[in-house]
Amino acid sequence: MTEPNSATPAPPAFAVRAAKRAAWAVVGEKILEALVYLCGFSAIVFVLGIFLFVFKEAFPILANDNFSLTQFLFSPEWYPTSEVNKRYGVFAMIAGTCSVTVLAMVIAVPFGLGAAIYISEFCGHKTREILKIVIEFLAAVPSVVWGFIGLTVMSRLIVQYTGAPVGVNMLNGGIILALMCVPIIVSISEDALKAVPDSYREAAIALGVTRWQLVWRVLLPAAKNGLLAAVLLGVGRGVGETMAVLMATGHAVHIPNSVFDSVRTLTANIASELGEAPAGSDHYRVLFLIGVLLFTLTFAVNLIADTIVRGIRRK
Amino acid sequence: MNASTGHAMFGETPPVRRKLRQEALAQWVFGAMAAAMIVPLLLIVGYLVVRAAPSLNLEFLLEVPKRGMTEGGIWPAFVGTLYLVFLSLAFSAPIGILAAVYLNEYARDNWFNRVINLAVINLAGVPSIVHALFGLGAFVYAARFGYSIISASLTLAIMTLPVIIAATREALASVPRSFREACWNVGATRWQTIWAVVLPNSISGILTGIILEVSRAAGETAPVMFTGVVFFKAVERGDLFPYYLNEQCMALSMHLYTISTQVPGVKESIPFATAIVLLALVLMVNAAAISLRVYLRSRKKW
Repeated sequence: MTEPNSATPAPPAFAVRAAKRAAWAVVGEKILEALVYLCGFSAIVFVLGIFLFVFKEAFPILANDNFSLTQFLFSPEWYPTSEVNKRYGVFAMIAGTCSVTVLAMVIAVPFGLGAAIYISEFCGHKTREILKIVIEFLAAVPSVVWGFIGLTVMSRLIVQYTGAPVGVNMLNGGIILALMCVPIIVSISEDALKAVPDSYREAAIALGVTRWQLVWRVLLPAAKNGLLAAVLLGVGRGVGETMAVLMATGHAVHIPNSVFDSVRTLTANIASELGEAPAGSDHYRVLFLIGVLLFTLTFAVNLIADTIVRGIRRK
Repeated sequence: MNASTGHAMFGETPPVRRKLRQEALAQWVFGAMAAAMIVPLLLIVGYLVVRAAPSLNLEFLLEVPKRGMTEGGIWPAFVGTLYLVFLSLAFSAPIGILAAVYLNEYARDNWFNRVINLAVINLAGVPSIVHALFGLGAFVYAARFGYSIISASLTLAIMTLPVIIAATREALASVPRSFREACWNVGATRWQTIWAVVLPNSISGILTGIILEVSRAAGETAPVMFTGVVFFKAVERGDLFPYYLNEQCMALSMHLYTISTQVPGVKESIPFATAIVLLALVLMVNAAAISLRVYLRSRKKW
């Protein structure tokens, strides 16, 4: 752009530089900087925009007299297309989302933490690099492909080995979701373990501990906040996941009694019914209200996780 | 072992042996946990490839779906995905890079910028289906773009923005502060420093972010399925520019969902082959990003 020319004689440095910059360069720079600021603020605009637009579409149903928020949250009866008595209760789907997410975490957390500990403490440099690349690949698999794997591979395995009548159920969704959440849990936990000061390790090793004792007595207690954040981010991912659970959980609206029951999650419900709900109808607005619920839920989870991570960084 | 000899003092006593056993067991268990993530993935991908094998050829890629999508290829979906990816990139790359420049170069540590950071993190955490609702409300209805490629790619762009912001920020932050100080000291303004020193030194990191955005955008289904992607659209075989931007298009991810759940009687290997094409596309793009990063780290000057 307008580099100060060093070849010219330059007695009064400030005056020369000011004179050398063309007016368009100064104005152009101001415009570009304004653009940078604008883009910097855009993230806030987008997040607010998402909330406002989703809320705007959902709001009329809240003002409707026939609609009660308690029924929406606590009734398991979801009959949005019934002729005589339409009922919009999403409790069964909340139960579905919670049960699938909890099951996924039960599987993903031990494996994710174990893998993170192995990567950060037990394996050599080369193995570590390879494992990290594999985890990155695992994270990159599109959710619709995970759903397809659940639908074809996992459901067959489940029918074969457990004797369940249908293969697409809570267990299937939980396993698929666990595989999807593991990468984020591993990478955040590994960061947390890495953030433990080396002096802790050195002190422990000087006392003659084994690496297992080091992990169990020193690293896990020291890194527990980061590990909690990793689990929370995994939960956030699990609650928000759509396509994989849509295809793998079997899609029946009822409160599950066992892991072999089919369930429907909040996300899957929106994905499967939005196409059929006429724009502006009550059904359509209730689906947006579920969106508001999901947004609030994941917002809270991410906020807590971020506060924890920030607290660690400050230390 | 040799308890009676002179150096018994430093030999293995039972507690030491127990310690070593414990250590070996721990290493083995954690190693198995790491392997438990990888082995199933390889087995599953292998299984998908085997099942897809009868349909995996160039003809499958170039052919259009036939007989109500039960036979034929995936060309319209493949091209549709390329449209969506590049258009969303055209929106999100400039905004994302400039936002990262702001956050890393201009923003002071005050409450306002902490809110921006929080917004970026939350943008990444918002469920994809909520992005779809937003796209439907904002672009399809409020902005009157209708169900179109434009609406779908704008939705994708906002969804993938955090990917670019995060990667670019990391790249900018890795440029040492001394580089900037040297530039300021010869009298350059803030923007001149960014343009002449910071951006050229972090261009490869930014590129990595862009590649990752491509991979993410190519795989997403939920945000596009209500904003501009349809089940089926008639397209000429091998036609490179079959869509107008205000039309709806097909996309690979949506196509995989459709033929594996909504269409009965699809030839068995076709959904598997579609899944493999999508998976290969995403993983190849990711591999490109990773190799770029590895290459970069090997020739870093500072």
